[in-house]
Amino acid sequence: MSFVQRNAWTLGLIVLLVVLLGVTRLIQPSFGVSGLESLARASLPFAFATAAMAVVVIVGGIDLSVASMMAVCSVTAAVLMETMGGVPAILISLAVGALMGLINGTLVVITRVPDIVVTLAMLFVWQGTALLILETPGGTATPWMRGAITGSVLITGLPSALVVVAVAVAAVWIPVKRSKLGLAIYATGSDEMAAFRSGVAVGPTRAAAYAIAGLFSGFGGLSLLALTGVGEPVPGPYLLAAVASVVLGGVILGGGVGGLLGPIVAVFILRIIRTILTLAAVDPNVTTIVEGTIMVGVVMFGAFLVLRSRRQAA
Amino acid sequence: MSDIHPGAPDHVPPLVRVGRFLKDNPVIPLIAFLFLLIGILELMRPGIISPFWAGNLIKFAIPLAMLAAAQVLTMLTGGIDLSVGIVATCAAFVTATLTPLMGPVPAMLIAMGVGALVGIVNGFGVGIARVHPLIMTLGTGLIATGCLQVYQRFVIATGSDIPAILEWLGTGRTAGLPNGIFLFVPFAVFVLWLMRFTGFGRLLFALGSNENAAKLSGVRSWQVHMALYVLSGLIASLTGLLYLGMIRAPSLSLAVPLMLPSVAAAVIGGTSIFGGRGSFAGAIVGALILRVIDTMLTLARMPEGARIALFGLIILLVTALYVRFTETR
Repeated sequence: MSFVQRNAWTLGLIVLLVVLLGVTRLIQPSFGVSGLESLARASLPFAFATAAMAVVVIVGGIDLSVASMMAVCSVTAAVLMETMGGVPAILISLAVGALMGLINGTLVVITRVPDIVVTLAMLFVWQGTALLILETPGGTATPWMRGAITGSVLITGLPSALVVVAVAVAAVWIPVKRSKLGLAIYATGSDEMAAFRSGVAVGPTRAAAYAIAGLFSGFGGLSLLALTGVGEPVPGPYLLAAVASVVLGGVILGGGVGGLLGPIVAVFILRIIRTILTLAAVDPNVTTIVEGTIMVGVVMFGAFLVLRSRRQAA
Repeated sequence: MSDIHPGAPDHVPPLVRVGRFLKDNPVIPLIAFLFLLIGILELMRPGIISPFWAGNLIKFAIPLAMLAAAQVLTMLTGGIDLSVGIVATCAAFVTATLTPLMGPVPAMLIAMGVGALVGIVNGFGVGIARVHPLIMTLGTGLIATGCLQVYQRFVIATGSDIPAILEWLGTGRTAGLPNGIFLFVPFAVFVLWLMRFTGFGRLLFALGSNENAAKLSGVRSWQVHMALYVLSGLIASLTGLLYLGMIRAPSLSLAVPLMLPSVAAAVIGGTSIFGGRGSFAGAIVGALILRVIDTMLTLARMPEGARIALFGLIILLVTALYVRFTETR
């Protein structure tokens, strides 16, 4: 299979994104660098939540507690930054995120309860933990955090928020994907039994995938803190959005297929559709309807494509 | 046959035998657990257990158990319905806002129609377009949320009114028991009958156990899915109507907080999320257990965060023990 065939879905998404950017430009001729920057900034927490969800879905599970873990990391960092410098606070929060993910994964593996139930229960646990750390929104963010995601870097038009996402995701995911662990994650996702019989340590692999998801949730929580400047203990609407973007991004529920680039492009597509509808003076409530419809429609279309290619192959 | 494994039953260790018994009768340990929790509650606050308290417990467990019925039915086929919370909210909101305009009965019928409509869309997506139920019902839930918000703009001036019958069902008491029981008992009997004694119930179990085998045996799965999700939507609407009578204040997120607990109640009650195994009786006990846990945590005067976290841990613990004991998934 050629490169284009293998990445048809992701390439299609990128084309769609470019087209949508063009449409935005048509509707609002003043949409330019600053528009792009604020779009990228607003997409940050969604992008990290989606990356977290995508890793877990690839291994064949699902993590409903992503938004709650983000809340925990956001308040942890906000509280720590009141007393210590930004860098150690960020590192501790990321470690907390990875630890929470590892706990999720370990519980899924050792209790043998379905992952959807475990993470549903952990959703409450982490949400409660966030409230215990910080009852009301508070804490503080180091000033340079906000600076790191505002404006452009290197050349105008390359939003620094976008660079932050790209660097953070690539720094975690590319080494993992190139390693044995990455292969094990994809193998476990596509057929757990076959992977087990081929000598893949299925349990630790799944736990590791959840830990990576926790780490991405940590990044997500930090980006929330950077966006608002305060730690917010109540989880935001990131769970549904993350599932939607993951599915849009070509990762198939059930595991083994897809990467992280597609889902993150899908995040930007969903965000830019929201921008377009806002610019077109559409009722913001209608936007929710459109988002839901797109999500369902795209999934149906994807299922249709799979069916057709199977028929052609047969 | 008996000479092949002479005395084999004697070698079954007692723990395994207990496990087998529990597997065959999943409701018994759950009921025992429920009474254990109630006992702990009585120890924590002597004198709390009273007929009034029991009535209240049942009253607030009813809507949860009804939504759990929707989850049990969909989980039997390996699906899930995450749109029930918002469908119930829509039904309640539509009823409350349309009652002053067109009277209670048409308003309630339209509310049920909303549930059926969402159910048809879900059924189409899951049964015909073969979308994963989780995605499909999340999506319809999102769409319904948006529609509700837009709808609210149009009726913001009409005011709201709650049909007297719903208020009677939701808040009244007869002989110490909440009136909601008059709705719930027939409902529960219907669901139990549907699952155990009808062809439709068999089809649900068949599709969940092995979809391919069911299809090869001539089951038209899309028709079953369609009927199932419409039923699930109707159940959610009915719950919304009852809940409106209980809370008496329509809002845009009325029944949404019941959604995740309804999944938990079904799972605690021994329904497998992968399909093929489930019991509504278990889900009813599961709903009661969740409500008792709620009361315990409220009584313990813990900070809200600790309460939420413990709630999650207990759900996890109960399901993990359950899986350990019965060796089912």
